[in-house]
Amino acid sequence: MSDHELRVSKIRDGTVLDHLPGGSALNVLAMLGIDGSEGTGVSVAMNVPSERLGTKDVVKVEERELSQAEVDVLSLIAPRATVNIVREYEVQEKKQAERPDTVVGVLACPNSSCITNAEEPVESRFDVLDDGVRCGYCEEIIREGIAAHLDVG
Amino acid sequence: MRQDHLVAAGQLSRADVERVLDRAAEFDAALDAGDDLPARYPEKLLALCFYEPSTRTKMSFETAMKRLGGDVVDMGGVDASSVKKGESLADTVRVIEGYADGLVLRHPREGAAKMAAEFVDAPVVNAGDGAGHHPSQTLLDLYTIREAAGLDDLTIGIVGDLKYGRTVHSLATALTEFDTRMHFVSPESLRLPRSVRFDLHEAGAQVREHTQLDEVLPELDVLYVTRIQRERFPDEDEYRKVAGEFQIDAETLEAAREDLTVMHPLPRVDEIDPAIDDTDHANYFEQAHNGVPVRMALLDLLFANHE
Repeated sequence: MSDHELRVSKIRDGTVLDHLPGGSALNVLAMLGIDGSEGTGVSVAMNVPSERLGTKDVVKVEERELSQAEVDVLSLIAPRATVNIVREYEVQEKKQAERPDTVVGVLACPNSSCITNAEEPVESRFDVLDDGVRCGYCEEIIREGIAAHLDVG
Repeated sequence: MRQDHLVAAGQLSRADVERVLDRAAEFDAALDAGDDLPARYPEKLLALCFYEPSTRTKMSFETAMKRLGGDVVDMGGVDASSVKKGESLADTVRVIEGYADGLVLRHPREGAAKMAAEFVDAPVVNAGDGAGHHPSQTLLDLYTIREAAGLDDLTIGIVGDLKYGRTVHSLATALTEFDTRMHFVSPESLRLPRSVRFDLHEAGAQVREHTQLDEVLPELDVLYVTRIQRERFPDEDEYRKVAGEFQIDAETLEAAREDLTVMHPLPRVDEIDPAIDDTDHANYFEQAHNGVPVRMALLDLLFANHE
């Protein structure tokens, strides 16, 4: 049993997010809209040793199976994430995050003059580029620090 | 042109542009000849929704619509509208769509026209969205350039506020459809925004950036001058650092080709010396004049698409 598995016990049903960049777990949870208010178990291990990444974060979300679309959104901040769907303590399905074409309602546009930052009934929409994202309304491009623009309100 | 709306120049293919300009040339010739134009849209109303001040754009759309036989309804200034009560743009355009057959929208926020077009079926024309785009201006700019110098094998210099200048953003994007070499001249702090440079790069455009006009002036067929826009600067000190940096006068143009065409979307403040007005270089008043036939053509094609 590896070190990180010892830190966080196995879950019965839910999703295990592995190979998240070290320190990204809270942003991952924010991106998924998970803040603990759901009442189900959420376990987080941060900066555990990883052969592949040096250090990594692991998140276990009980009683919730992430969809492929949710996993794909994660690729913006955790491109090498692996996602295991667990049922009755066994990994039943493995998913790999793939970059989506667009992400809706996930990021806030950093351009304060963008219409999505006005009091309008419109969700943010970003087109995903090879090396960043681009606002579908004002066309602002974000290349670095995408996690800082997570719309967690 | 297949679109129902015009929110950004990037929507326009070369064929789209040529179709609008060809139709504009027909209207232009008829207007110049004093011909009685048939009332093409006597039953149509165009709504003018200007959340920012405008003279040329607003009046030329109004004139264009009336020349097509239609009429306009004007939202009036923001202070006298329900916007003052806090009504959202999305609600406003949905209400106005109930009154009019098309909307012309100028708004201080980038992406406003794009969002508005998602809420209504009637054609929406972006008449300027903050520092974003101004595609109908681009069509009249291209019309003016085509009349003066053609649109291929063209070397164009664009000088001034390239960061906040929405006319520049739309023009640069549209020029990628043609065989042009683009030179962008600005203070370092007013370079083209990353999004526009990205589009130009993706389109494989021939682009060079400069901080001095004299590096490139002798090569140019067209010099497109823009105002440093005080109202777009978040900080007055930043404005003062660059205001007046590029002023075109007779001495400046000594190094230019004799057939250089000087353009400006207007209003100018002090970017172009009035002494240039009477020279063969000056084309900015003709450029403004072209707003009517070009917007007639644009409205004609959008209404035709919508029917």
